[in-house]
Amino acid sequence: MFFQQIVNGLTLGSIYALLALGYTMVYGILLMINFAHSEIFMVGAYCGFWILSILPVLNNYSGFILILVFLATLIISGILAMFIEKIAYKPLRRAPRLSPLISAIGVSIFLQNLIMLSVSFQSLPYPERFEIKQFQTTGIVINSLQIFIFCFAITLMILLHIFIRRTKLGKAMQATSQNHIVSQLMGINVNGIISLTFFIGGGLGGIAGILNGMYYGSIKYNMGFLPGIKAFTAAVLGGIGNIKGAMVGGFILGILEAFSAGYISSENKDVITFLVLIIVLILKPGGLFGEQVTEKI
Amino acid sequence: MKFISNKIFLFSLAILLIIIFPIIFLRLNPYTVNIVALIGIYLILCLGLNITIGYTGLLDLGFMAFYAVGAYIAAILSTKGISFWITLPICMLAGGLMRYLLGLPLLKLRGDYLAIVTLAFGEIVRLVANNSVSITNGPKGLPRVGEKIMPIHIFSFVFQDNIHFYYLIFFFVIVSIIISYRIEHSRIGRALIAIREDEVAAELSGIGVARIKSVAFVLSGIFGSLAGAIYVHWIGFVSPEMFTFWESVFLVAMIVIGGMGNIFGVILGVFLLVGMPEILRSSLGTVFIDYRMLIFGMLMILIIIFRPQGLIPSKRRALELHTIEKD
Repeated sequence: MFFQQIVNGLTLGSIYALLALGYTMVYGILLMINFAHSEIFMVGAYCGFWILSILPVLNNYSGFILILVFLATLIISGILAMFIEKIAYKPLRRAPRLSPLISAIGVSIFLQNLIMLSVSFQSLPYPERFEIKQFQTTGIVINSLQIFIFCFAITLMILLHIFIRRTKLGKAMQATSQNHIVSQLMGINVNGIISLTFFIGGGLGGIAGILNGMYYGSIKYNMGFLPGIKAFTAAVLGGIGNIKGAMVGGFILGILEAFSAGYISSENKDVITFLVLIIVLILKPGGLFGEQVTEKI
Repeated sequence: MKFISNKIFLFSLAILLIIIFPIIFLRLNPYTVNIVALIGIYLILCLGLNITIGYTGLLDLGFMAFYAVGAYIAAILSTKGISFWITLPICMLAGGLMRYLLGLPLLKLRGDYLAIVTLAFGEIVRLVANNSVSITNGPKGLPRVGEKIMPIHIFSFVFQDNIHFYYLIFFFVIVSIIISYRIEHSRIGRALIAIREDEVAAELSGIGVARIKSVAFVLSGIFGSLAGAIYVHWIGFVSPEMFTFWESVFLVAMIVIGGMGNIFGVILGVFLLVGMPEILRSSLGTVFIDYRMLIFGMLMILIIIFRPQGLIPSKRRALELHTIEKD
């Protein structure tokens, strides 16, 4: 039971961590909660759904399909996120802090209803293109999908980490998150970096959406809301704006959810997540690993 | 002096309109009274929420929680046979107390964190209502089979028809408008607006920021639970799915679109978002209803970008929102 919950928790945690990265990166750079991120996650899941359903011919090349699906979704949801930033957030960059949040909620309502009206209001079964093998050892059941989700998420996170730490663009992102004006003076194209941040965050969110669809086997137009809040909780848990923190926070939250579903009650697992969110925001708004940030006046 | 009497004139005209409205429309289409009564419920909710969002500038994304608290307490007490006139103050007290306790740790938080915490709280209330079957009958809602919500009595008069509730609801709407108006133009209202515009400056000017914020927060909660208690007596049913996050967002949308911090703006927002779809439903058919949320989403984005003060702006709020923040 215990190890089984760890396995389930790590799988969930991988999805939350990928999604949390989007929240934390955007917050790090713009100090705003990208409320529409959960909708990018949803659109990503639908993207994967479409590509998987229109490509049954390529069944023999499942590896190829997999790469194609993830790459296409990464690009589409990344572009969507960039597009949202340009339309809904950029004009509000100098507005009071709550304005972009309200605009993001508007985007969220819009996208949800767009998908609901143009696709379906019912949940759709996710196409299963790959055979899922079960492995059983001493009471723990692991399936190949869980292993795949975990490994894939870890790989993406390592790539992101390398990108941010080692490349010039990554360093420009770090600089921009510290100070827009000074970065601009150093010759960084701040708007470009912001777009890039939305692109990467959105792309990872879209991929998380596909993984979520594969894991639960169904998608719905409002599927983004709960994972979105949970991933945001994860981002806060790790110290919002802190990329490593978001990854760790995602796994902590996934394991927490698995344990509360397994040991307390599966009905109340969401209540527990929300309680964690409230308690962390009240007691340690800087996150578990983050330094205490004092409010600038 | 003339200005004041002008206001009183307008106000009495509005009351007269409210009173005679059903007499004209009931003959034509009884359904209209129903819609207007529903608008009344939303008016009470939004006027309450406006104290938090509009005056104090705190974004609350879980306001439906207090509507739920009012509705559930009213339903539970009422099925036990307790009169509405006793239930109502209990609901308001409970809503206010809960909001006070919630506000104690919350009000110290920064704006966007506060929004997220209220969101989480709203969802917790809904999920708890959904999961504690022994008290709330879970997703099936209250009253249980065989139970009944006590009708509202005034002496021997019993509230049965929509039209009775229409007058009851609009009585409370008028009270809410008067209270909102009095708050806005009182010392507390000015303190709230000062806090919204600059918390530090307000504190330095001698405003007890924590206390005043708490007052505003609690007042909102009382309005919310009041609306809930009335609604449950009117409709005679309550279930957790009435209180989803999107319902709370819907309230915020009304206030944002209408005009934050302006009573007329809020009223317009409620009429636009609750009333218009119903009016257009009969003329444009149900297709419009499907697209309604899509349009609201777009409207929210457009308004916050191009007209952040809302359709009918509050003068001070407009000034504040147009000031470009220094980097």
